[in-house]
Amino acid sequence: MKVLVAVKRVVDYNVKVRVKADNSGVDLANVKMSMNPFCEIAVEEAVRLKEKGVASEIVVVSIGPTAAQEQLRTALALGADRAILVESNEELNSLAVAKLLKAVVDKEQPQLIILGKQAIDSDNNQTGQMLGALTGYPQGTFASKVEVAGDKLNVTREIDGGLQTVALNLPAIVTTDLRLNEPRYASLPNIMKAKKKPLETATPDALGVSTTSTVKTLKVEAPAARSAGVKVKSVAELVEKLKNEAKVI
Amino acid sequence: MATLVIAEHNNAVLGAATLNTVAAAKAIGGDIHVLVAGAGCAAVGEAAAQIEGVSKVLVADDAAYANQLPENVAPLIADQAKNYSHVLASATTNGKNFMPRVAALLDVDQISEIVSVESADTFKRPIYAGNAIATVQSSAPIKVITVRSTGFDAVNATGGSATVEPVSGAGNAGKSAFVSEELAKSDRPELTAAKIVVSGGRGMQNGDNFKYLYSLADKLGAAVGASRAAVDAGFVPNDMQVGQTGKIVAPQLYIAVGISGAIQHLAGMKDSKVIVAINKDEEAPIFQVADYGLVGDLFEIVPELERLV
Repeated sequence: MKVLVAVKRVVDYNVKVRVKADNSGVDLANVKMSMNPFCEIAVEEAVRLKEKGVASEIVVVSIGPTAAQEQLRTALALGADRAILVESNEELNSLAVAKLLKAVVDKEQPQLIILGKQAIDSDNNQTGQMLGALTGYPQGTFASKVEVAGDKLNVTREIDGGLQTVALNLPAIVTTDLRLNEPRYASLPNIMKAKKKPLETATPDALGVSTTSTVKTLKVEAPAARSAGVKVKSVAELVEKLKNEAKVI
Repeated sequence: MATLVIAEHNNAVLGAATLNTVAAAKAIGGDIHVLVAGAGCAAVGEAAAQIEGVSKVLVADDAAYANQLPENVAPLIADQAKNYSHVLASATTNGKNFMPRVAALLDVDQISEIVSVESADTFKRPIYAGNAIATVQSSAPIKVITVRSTGFDAVNATGGSATVEPVSGAGNAGKSAFVSEELAKSDRPELTAAKIVVSGGRGMQNGDNFKYLYSLADKLGAAVGASRAAVDAGFVPNDMQVGQTGKIVAPQLYIAVGISGAIQHLAGMKDSKVIVAINKDEEAPIFQVADYGLVGDLFEIVPELERLV
């Protein structure tokens, strides 16, 4: 089967972000960017399905600025076969991204679409589900295990009280949770080979998708800072402070 | 202008997070209706009718809605939503699963995990793992929103007397099926609703050592959480994870034991009223957010703490 994987270029998860002084957003100038960690897990799962002989081709797609080519090349180095970049310099909302992905899905006709459960910048956790609604495909969100069984897909999901398994008709959409797998590193020879793999580009206009949004960000602020705490010397002092000063026990 | 709140439940009991979501609906203003979609969920409908401030409860009782499969419940919710200006669900794994599907069916953007209501169309929500707070305004005709329960104080579960009305939807979409569920068993309070949370990290060294935390938690009436490191190392099941990718908690007291304090963990607990850190590394970042820090060996400190509280 053909597998489509969506990846996003985001600020590296180790970076402590700063809010801009004019409250217009987060300062991303000269900040290290990487592939969203959940997207890495999505790529890894697709590559494992190919290694098992379940997936025949892996197409990786990203929607974002020209620089997102770096993340697509990373995915190619990890084992994806070809890449598609939908170029847009705007900051797109999940619905616009889902509509663009729907256009790519219509063209590519994958049997399985894997996305991360959320991007660590916007923390929305929406795109996979929205793509599910737009394509009419069933969704297996927050997946910690994925098994293809004939024309069905069994997905074990991480839910609030534990785990839940659902069976989905293919084609289907899966969004990855952290425990689905441990992504591999790209080897140097594979990074070199990835440079020769095909990468096509498109634009929202060419795909006939309007990316207008009904949500606008008025301002972005730093969260309220916690006042500095104290270090206590003993357990007795801690208990005394929790009882009498903080009054929480 | 009226708001539809989607009830969180397990077909037998109304989920506590629903009360926080009704509080958000109250902040928006207007009539508040609650939709209970499930199978054999009449008791949940009755409980929802008791919630303070709710004027109508819609109950969709159909085998297709038993497990809240989004392929089945999203069309039902989207259909009902057309009569409302706002549709709210708790940002639980259920709410996060079906609500974006509802939003896309309605062709509107969704606003995820709001922590405050500024006005009927303006909301605040954390981004970048809680390192920034965005104020967003929506011009969508139907505002589809998930609510972070720690941002709102729960309304009273009793005192209301809403009318209960049956509704129906398209039922089973035939695209997905529930296979099985494996729920972690615990007698302790639910992690997201507990007043006190005791959490362990990699410093616990193994799963067996979590008994120290369970014992302390039982004395305090607390829930037990964990960092991702402790979950990945197999010490405890993943539904105990607190953080950006796990659960978001804001208890009165959060005791972090053997947790270094990575930003992904802080995203899940830094709105706690009082944070206590117990760690042998005095440079650990957790001390930067802790109100009270104690540097030392947790295997000595935790049992002593249990004795003294």
